Amino acid sequence: MSSNASAASRLSVMSMAASLPSVGGYSSTASSIYPKRTTTNILERPLNKTRGTEVSVNAFAFLFSEMLQYTQKRVHGIQDLERKLNELGYRVGTRALDLLVWRDKNSKRETRVLGMLYFIHTTVWKTLFGKQADSLEKSTENEDEYMISDNDPIVSKFISVPKDVSQLNCGAFMAGVVEAIMDGCQFPSRVTAHTVPIDGFPLRTTILIKLDKEVLEREEQFR
Amino acid sequence: MARQYKTLGDEIWKNRVEKINAELFTLTYGSIVAQLVKDYEDFADVNKQLEKMGYNIGTRLIEDFLARSSVGRCQDFRETGEMISKVGFKMFLNITPAVTNISADGREFSLVLDENPLAEFVELPDQAVVEEFWYSNILCGVLRGALEMVQMQVDAFFVTDMLRGDDTTEIRVKLIRYLEEEVPAGED
Repeated sequence: MSSNASAASRLSVMSMAASLPSVGGYSSTASSIYPKRTTTNILERPLNKTRGTEVSVNAFAFLFSEMLQYTQKRVHGIQDLERKLNELGYRVGTRALDLLVWRDKNSKRETRVLGMLYFIHTTVWKTLFGKQADSLEKSTENEDEYMISDNDPIVSKFISVPKDVSQLNCGAFMAGVVEAIMDGCQFPSRVTAHTVPIDGFPLRTTILIKLDKEVLEREEQFR
Repeated sequence: MARQYKTLGDEIWKNRVEKINAELFTLTYGSIVAQLVKDYEDFADVNKQLEKMGYNIGTRLIEDFLARSSVGRCQDFRETGEMISKVGFKMFLNITPAVTNISADGREFSLVLDENPLAEFVELPDQAVVEEFWYSNILCGVLRGALEMVQMQVDAFFVTDMLRGDDTTEIRVKLIRYLEEEVPAGED
Protein backbone atom coordinates (compact mmCIF):
# COMPACT_ATOMS: atom_id res chain seq x y z
CA MET A 1 0.00 0.00 0.00
CA SER A 2 2.86 2.35 0.70
CA SER A 3 4.34 1.69 -2.73
CA ASN A 4 1.06 2.67 -4.33
CA ALA A 5 1.05 5.89 -2.41
CA SER A 6 4.59 6.76 -3.47
CA ALA A 7 3.85 5.82 -7.06
CA ALA A 8 0.82 8.07 -6.96
CA SER A 9 2.88 10.94 -5.60
CA ARG A 10 5.46 10.41 -8.32
CA LEU A 11 2.72 10.52 -10.93
CA SER A 12 1.34 13.72 -9.54
CA VAL A 13 4.76 15.40 -9.68
CA MET A 14 5.34 14.26 -13.25
CA SER A 15 1.98 15.55 -14.44
CA MET A 16 2.67 18.86 -12.73
CA ALA A 17 6.06 19.13 -14.40
CA ALA A 18 4.63 18.27 -17.82
CA SER A 19 2.06 21.02 -17.60
CA LEU A 20 4.60 23.68 -16.65
CA PRO A 21 5.94 25.83 -19.47
CA SER A 22 9.71 25.62 -19.56
CA VAL A 23 10.54 28.78 -17.71
CA GLY A 24 14.15 29.86 -17.60
CA GLY A 25 15.81 28.10 -14.72
CA TYR A 26 13.69 25.01 -14.99
CA SER A 27 15.15 23.92 -18.29
CA SER A 28 18.58 23.55 -16.79
CA THR A 29 17.22 21.26 -14.10
CA ALA A 30 14.85 19.44 -16.42
CA SER A 31 16.57 16.16 -15.81
CA SER A 32 16.08 16.41 -12.05
CA ILE A 33 12.43 17.45 -12.21
CA TYR A 34 11.41 13.84 -11.79
CA PRO A 35 12.68 13.10 -8.32
CA LYS A 36 14.24 9.71 -8.11
CA ARG A 37 12.94 9.13 -4.60
CA THR A 38 14.93 6.08 -3.76
CA THR A 39 14.96 7.14 -0.11
CA THR A 40 13.38 4.69 2.29
CA ASN A 41 9.98 5.58 3.60
CA ILE A 42 10.49 7.81 6.63
CA LEU A 43 8.28 5.61 8.74
CA GLU A 44 10.54 2.63 8.11
CA ARG A 45 13.83 4.21 9.02
CA PRO A 46 15.55 2.98 12.16
CA LEU A 47 15.13 5.30 15.11
CA ASN A 48 17.88 3.96 17.31
CA LYS A 49 20.68 4.77 14.93
CA THR A 50 21.23 8.19 16.43
CA ARG A 51 20.53 7.27 20.01
CA GLY A 52 23.38 8.43 22.18
CA THR A 53 25.20 10.21 19.37
CA GLU A 54 26.78 13.50 20.25
CA VAL A 55 27.83 16.76 18.72
CA SER A 56 29.82 19.53 20.30
CA VAL A 57 28.21 22.13 22.51
CA ASN A 58 29.77 24.80 20.32
CA ALA A 59 27.91 23.61 17.26
CA PHE A 60 24.65 23.88 19.13
CA ALA A 61 25.60 27.25 20.60
CA PHE A 62 26.41 28.69 17.16
CA LEU A 63 23.17 27.35 15.76
CA PHE A 64 21.15 28.71 18.66
CA SER A 65 22.74 32.13 18.43
CA GLU A 66 21.99 32.32 14.71
CA MET A 67 18.44 31.30 15.43
CA LEU A 68 18.16 34.08 18.00
CA GLN A 69 19.62 36.67 15.65
CA TYR A 70 17.29 35.63 12.86
CA THR A 71 14.27 35.75 15.13
CA GLN A 72 15.27 39.08 16.63
CA LYS A 73 15.10 40.76 13.24
CA ARG A 74 11.55 39.67 12.67
CA VAL A 75 9.88 40.51 15.94
CA HIS A 76 8.96 43.62 17.86
CA GLY A 77 9.54 43.37 21.53
CA ILE A 78 10.66 40.87 24.10
CA GLN A 79 7.33 39.11 24.50
CA ASP A 80 7.18 38.40 20.80
CA LEU A 81 10.73 37.10 20.81
CA GLU A 82 9.98 34.77 23.68
CA ARG A 83 6.87 33.59 21.90
CA LYS A 84 8.84 32.79 18.76
CA LEU A 85 11.46 30.92 20.76
CA ASN A 86 8.67 29.05 22.44
CA GLU A 87 7.31 28.08 19.02
CA LEU A 88 10.71 26.84 17.88
CA GLY A 89 11.07 24.83 21.05
CA TYR A 90 7.57 23.47 20.63
CA ARG A 91 8.53 21.75 17.37
CA VAL A 92 11.53 20.19 19.03
CA GLY A 93 9.42 19.04 21.96
CA THR A 94 6.77 17.18 19.98
CA ARG A 95 9.38 15.15 18.16
CA ALA A 96 11.50 14.59 21.23
CA LEU A 97 8.43 13.27 23.03
CA ASP A 98 7.79 10.75 20.27
CA LEU A 99 11.35 9.52 20.41
CA LEU A 100 11.50 9.30 24.18
CA VAL A 101 8.23 7.50 24.60
CA TRP A 102 9.09 5.04 21.86
CA ARG A 103 12.42 4.25 23.42
CA ASP A 104 11.11 4.02 26.95
CA LYS A 105 9.28 0.81 26.13
CA ASN A 106 8.75 -0.42 29.64
CA SER A 107 6.92 2.44 31.21
CA LYS A 108 3.21 3.11 31.26
CA ARG A 109 1.66 6.32 30.04
CA GLU A 110 1.70 9.03 32.67
CA THR A 111 -1.73 10.06 33.88
CA ARG A 112 -0.91 11.82 37.13
CA VAL A 113 0.52 15.31 37.18
CA LEU A 114 3.35 14.48 39.50
CA GLY A 115 4.34 11.46 37.45
CA MET A 116 4.36 13.59 34.33
CA LEU A 117 6.50 16.28 35.89
CA TYR A 118 8.86 13.70 37.23
CA PHE A 119 9.17 12.24 33.74
CA ILE A 120 10.14 15.65 32.40
CA HIS A 121 12.47 16.39 35.28
CA THR A 122 14.42 13.16 34.90
CA THR A 123 14.03 11.41 31.55
CA VAL A 124 13.50 14.37 29.25
CA TRP A 125 16.21 16.51 30.78
CA LYS A 126 18.63 13.61 30.95
CA THR A 127 18.19 12.73 27.28
CA LEU A 128 18.16 16.22 25.87
CA PHE A 129 20.56 18.04 28.16
CA GLY A 130 22.68 15.24 29.57
CA LYS A 131 21.72 15.62 33.21
CA GLN A 132 18.61 15.67 35.33
CA ALA A 133 17.00 18.99 36.03
CA ASP A 134 18.08 20.42 39.30
CA SER A 135 14.83 20.79 41.13
CA LEU A 136 11.12 20.17 40.88
CA GLU A 137 8.92 22.32 43.06
CA LYS A 138 5.28 23.01 43.60
CA SER A 139 4.25 26.59 44.08
CA THR A 140 2.83 27.37 47.50
CA GLU A 141 0.69 30.24 46.26
CA ASN A 142 -1.14 28.63 43.37
CA GLU A 143 -2.51 25.13 43.10
CA ASP A 144 -1.80 24.88 39.42
CA GLU A 145 1.81 26.00 39.23
CA TYR A 146 4.91 23.87 39.28
CA MET A 147 8.53 24.78 38.69
CA ILE A 148 11.42 22.89 37.21
CA SER A 149 14.80 24.54 37.60
CA ASP A 150 18.05 24.12 35.78
CA ASN A 151 21.15 25.66 37.30
CA ASP A 152 23.20 25.79 34.17
CA PRO A 153 21.09 25.54 31.03
CA ILE A 154 23.12 24.90 27.90
CA VAL A 155 20.91 27.04 25.72
CA SER A 156 21.70 30.19 27.68
CA LYS A 157 25.30 29.34 28.42
CA PHE A 158 26.85 31.26 25.57
CA ILE A 159 24.24 33.97 25.22
CA SER A 160 24.89 37.37 26.73
CA VAL A 161 21.79 39.48 27.19
CA PRO A 162 22.24 43.25 26.83
CA LYS A 163 20.87 45.40 29.64
CA ASP A 164 18.03 46.90 27.66
CA VAL A 165 16.48 43.52 27.03
CA SER A 166 17.36 42.12 30.42
CA GLN A 167 13.97 40.51 30.80
CA LEU A 168 14.58 38.24 27.86
CA ASN A 169 15.16 34.69 28.72
CA CYS A 170 16.47 32.25 26.18
CA GLY A 171 15.08 29.53 28.32
CA ALA A 172 11.90 30.30 26.38
CA PHE A 173 13.20 27.68 23.99
CA MET A 174 13.30 25.10 26.78
CA ALA A 175 9.87 26.26 27.89
CA GLY A 176 8.61 25.50 24.39
CA VAL A 177 10.05 22.00 24.55
CA VAL A 178 8.36 21.37 27.90
CA GLU A 179 5.08 22.82 26.70
CA ALA A 180 5.05 20.50 23.70
CA ILE A 181 5.71 17.51 25.89
CA MET A 182 2.99 18.49 28.34
CA ASP A 183 0.51 19.04 25.51
CA GLY A 184 1.50 15.81 23.85
CA CYS A 185 0.81 13.84 27.01
CA GLN A 186 -2.58 15.45 27.46
CA PHE A 187 -1.58 17.89 30.18
CA PRO A 188 -2.32 21.21 28.48
CA SER A 189 -0.56 24.07 30.21
CA ARG A 190 1.13 27.41 29.76
CA VAL A 191 4.87 27.20 30.20
CA THR A 192 7.24 30.10 30.64
CA ALA A 193 10.86 30.53 31.61
CA HIS A 194 12.29 32.87 34.20
CA THR A 195 15.81 33.62 35.33
CA VAL A 196 16.15 33.18 39.06
CA PRO A 197 19.81 33.55 39.87
CA ILE A 198 21.09 32.19 43.16
CA ASP A 199 24.53 32.11 44.67
CA GLY A 200 26.96 30.40 42.40
CA PHE A 201 24.50 29.92 39.57
CA PRO A 202 23.86 33.23 37.84
CA LEU A 203 22.19 31.57 34.88
CA ARG A 204 19.71 29.51 36.85
CA THR A 205 16.51 29.26 34.89
CA THR A 206 13.16 28.20 36.23
CA ILE A 207 10.54 26.74 33.95
CA LEU A 208 7.14 27.70 35.29
CA ILE A 209 4.37 25.31 34.33
CA LYS A 210 0.84 26.58 34.79
CA LEU A 211 -1.59 23.73 34.30
CA ASP A 212 -4.95 24.27 32.68
CA LYS A 213 -8.10 23.97 34.71
CA GLU A 214 -9.17 20.71 33.12
CA VAL A 215 -5.96 19.03 34.23
CA LEU A 216 -6.60 20.04 37.83
CA GLU A 217 -10.18 18.83 37.65
CA ARG A 218 -9.04 15.51 36.29
CA GLU A 219 -6.46 15.25 39.00
CA GLU A 220 -9.13 15.87 41.61
CA GLN A 221 -11.07 12.90 40.36
CA PHE A 222 -8.12 10.67 40.95
CA ARG A 223 -8.04 11.40 44.66
CA MET B 1 49.58 13.68 6.58
CA ALA B 2 45.93 12.66 6.49
CA ARG B 3 46.65 10.23 9.29
CA GLN B 4 47.99 12.91 11.63
CA TYR B 5 44.94 15.09 11.01
CA LYS B 6 42.70 12.18 11.80
CA THR B 7 44.48 11.53 15.06
CA LEU B 8 44.39 15.21 15.90
CA GLY B 9 40.68 15.37 15.17
CA ASP B 10 39.95 12.31 17.27
CA GLU B 11 42.03 13.64 20.12
CA ILE B 12 40.31 17.02 20.13
CA TRP B 13 36.90 15.37 20.00
CA LYS B 14 37.77 13.11 22.87
CA ASN B 15 39.42 15.59 25.20
CA ARG B 16 38.85 19.19 24.33
CA VAL B 17 35.23 19.34 23.35
CA GLU B 18 32.14 19.42 25.52
CA LYS B 19 29.39 17.30 24.06
CA ILE B 20 25.63 17.33 23.96
CA ASN B 21 22.93 15.09 22.58
CA ALA B 22 23.00 15.12 18.79
CA GLU B 23 19.27 14.66 18.55
CA LEU B 24 18.60 17.96 20.29
CA PHE B 25 20.87 19.57 17.71
CA THR B 26 19.12 17.79 14.85
CA LEU B 27 15.66 18.72 16.05
CA THR B 28 16.67 22.33 16.67
CA TYR B 29 18.03 22.63 13.14
CA GLY B 30 14.86 21.08 11.80
CA SER B 31 12.81 23.57 13.73
CA ILE B 32 14.83 26.44 12.27
CA VAL B 33 14.39 25.16 8.72
CA ALA B 34 10.66 24.68 9.29
CA GLN B 35 10.41 28.27 10.53
CA LEU B 36 12.32 29.56 7.51
CA VAL B 37 10.14 27.64 5.10
CA LYS B 38 7.10 29.08 6.79
CA ASP B 39 8.49 32.61 6.63
CA TYR B 40 9.82 32.58 3.07
CA GLU B 41 7.61 30.16 1.14
CA ASP B 42 10.06 30.10 -1.75
CA PHE B 43 12.70 27.40 -1.40
CA ALA B 44 15.35 29.34 -3.27
CA ASP B 45 15.05 32.10 -0.68
CA VAL B 46 15.32 29.58 2.12
CA ASN B 47 18.50 28.26 0.51
CA LYS B 48 19.95 31.75 0.46
CA GLN B 49 18.92 32.46 4.02
CA LEU B 50 20.43 29.23 5.28
CA GLU B 51 23.67 30.03 3.46
CA LYS B 52 23.72 33.48 4.98
CA MET B 53 23.15 32.12 8.46
CA GLY B 54 25.91 29.65 7.85
CA TYR B 55 28.22 32.43 6.75
CA ASN B 56 27.64 34.29 10.01
CA ILE B 57 28.33 31.14 11.97
CA GLY B 58 31.42 30.36 9.92
CA THR B 59 33.07 33.71 10.56
CA ARG B 60 32.99 32.98 14.29
CA LEU B 61 33.43 29.25 14.14
CA ILE B 62 36.88 29.58 12.58
CA GLU B 63 38.20 31.27 15.70
CA ASP B 64 36.86 28.51 17.89
CA PHE B 65 38.44 26.01 15.53
CA LEU B 66 41.84 27.67 15.56
CA ALA B 67 41.77 28.14 19.31
CA ARG B 68 41.00 24.53 19.99
CA SER B 69 43.13 22.87 17.37
CA SER B 70 46.16 25.23 17.35
CA VAL B 71 47.16 24.08 13.90
CA GLY B 72 49.45 26.04 11.64
CA ARG B 73 48.91 27.14 8.08
CA CYS B 74 47.96 24.64 5.44
CA GLN B 75 50.42 24.30 2.61
CA ASP B 76 47.87 24.07 -0.18
CA PHE B 77 44.17 23.89 -0.80
CA ARG B 78 44.10 20.13 -0.75
CA GLU B 79 45.52 20.18 2.77
CA THR B 80 42.80 22.68 3.67
CA GLY B 81 40.27 20.12 2.54
CA GLU B 82 41.82 17.42 4.69
CA MET B 83 41.92 19.76 7.67
CA ILE B 84 38.27 20.67 7.23
CA SER B 85 37.10 17.12 7.00
CA LYS B 86 39.31 15.37 9.53
CA VAL B 87 39.59 18.06 12.19
CA GLY B 88 36.90 20.66 11.57
CA PHE B 89 33.89 18.46 10.97
CA LYS B 90 35.07 15.97 13.59
CA MET B 91 35.42 18.66 16.21
CA PHE B 92 31.97 20.11 15.79
CA LEU B 93 29.76 17.42 14.36
CA ASN B 94 31.66 14.24 15.14
CA ILE B 95 31.69 13.15 11.50
CA THR B 96 34.51 12.82 9.01
CA PRO B 97 33.38 13.38 5.44
CA ALA B 98 35.67 12.01 2.77
CA VAL B 99 37.64 14.37 0.54
CA THR B 100 37.25 13.25 -3.06
CA ASN B 101 37.29 14.46 -6.65
CA ILE B 102 40.23 16.77 -6.15
CA SER B 103 40.65 18.70 -9.37
CA ALA B 104 43.85 18.58 -11.35
CA ASP B 105 44.92 22.08 -10.39
CA GLY B 106 44.15 21.39 -6.76
CA ARG B 107 41.66 24.23 -6.48
CA GLU B 108 38.53 22.19 -6.01
CA PHE B 109 37.49 19.25 -3.92
CA SER B 110 34.37 17.48 -2.82
CA LEU B 111 33.29 16.53 0.66
CA VAL B 112 31.20 13.40 0.70
CA LEU B 113 29.19 13.01 3.90
CA ASP B 114 28.05 9.50 4.65
CA GLU B 115 26.15 10.61 7.70
CA ASN B 116 24.68 14.04 8.24
CA PRO B 117 23.56 14.86 11.78
CA LEU B 118 21.56 17.81 10.48
CA ALA B 119 19.36 15.64 8.32
CA GLU B 120 18.25 12.79 10.55
CA PHE B 121 14.51 12.15 10.74
CA VAL B 122 13.95 14.37 7.70
CA GLU B 123 11.78 13.80 4.70
CA LEU B 124 11.51 16.49 2.05
CA PRO B 125 8.18 17.25 0.40
CA ASP B 126 8.08 16.74 -3.37
CA GLN B 127 7.84 20.48 -3.93
CA ALA B 128 11.18 20.97 -2.19
CA VAL B 129 12.87 18.34 -4.31
CA VAL B 130 11.54 19.85 -7.53
CA GLU B 131 12.68 23.33 -6.55
CA GLU B 132 16.22 22.26 -5.68
CA PHE B 133 16.08 22.84 -1.99
CA TRP B 134 19.28 21.93 -0.14
CA TYR B 135 18.30 21.14 3.39
CA SER B 136 21.77 21.34 4.91
CA ASN B 137 22.76 24.47 3.02
CA ILE B 138 23.89 26.04 6.26
CA LEU B 139 27.04 23.92 5.98
CA CYS B 140 27.99 25.62 2.70
CA GLY B 141 27.68 28.99 4.38
CA VAL B 142 29.79 27.85 7.32
CA LEU B 143 32.54 26.71 4.96
CA ARG B 144 32.45 29.94 2.99
CA GLY B 145 32.48 32.12 6.11
CA ALA B 146 35.21 30.23 7.89
CA LEU B 147 37.52 30.08 4.88
CA GLU B 148 37.01 33.74 4.12
CA MET B 149 38.34 34.55 7.58
CA VAL B 150 41.54 32.70 6.71
CA GLN B 151 42.03 34.62 3.49
CA MET B 152 40.41 32.20 1.04
CA GLN B 153 37.43 33.13 -1.04
CA VAL B 154 35.61 29.94 -1.91
CA ASP B 155 32.37 28.83 -3.43
CA ALA B 156 30.72 25.97 -1.59
CA PHE B 157 27.58 24.31 -2.86
CA PHE B 158 25.71 21.04 -2.69
CA VAL B 159 25.96 18.70 -5.63
CA THR B 160 23.89 15.79 -4.37
CA ASP B 161 21.90 15.11 -1.24
CA MET B 162 20.57 11.84 0.09
CA LEU B 163 17.40 13.60 1.22
CA ARG B 164 16.59 14.21 -2.43
CA GLY B 165 16.99 10.60 -3.34
CA ASP B 166 20.60 10.70 -4.49
CA ASP B 167 23.09 8.08 -3.39
CA THR B 168 25.42 10.39 -1.56
CA THR B 169 25.54 13.79 0.06
CA GLU B 170 28.27 15.81 -1.60
CA ILE B 171 29.45 19.39 -1.15
CA ARG B 172 31.73 20.88 -3.79
CA VAL B 173 34.23 23.49 -2.59
CA LYS B 174 35.91 25.69 -5.20
CA LEU B 175 38.72 28.08 -4.44
CA ILE B 176 38.12 31.36 -6.20
CA ARG B 177 41.14 33.28 -5.00
CA TYR B 178 43.33 33.98 -2.06
CA LEU B 179 42.50 37.25 -0.37
CA GLU B 180 45.10 39.85 0.43
CA GLU B 181 45.46 41.03 4.01
CA GLU B 182 44.00 44.49 4.12
CA VAL B 183 45.16 47.10 6.55
CA PRO B 184 42.13 48.76 8.13
CA ALA B 185 41.56 52.32 6.94
CA GLY B 186 43.01 54.96 9.22
CA GLU B 187 46.14 53.05 10.15
CA ASP B 188 49.52 53.47 8.56
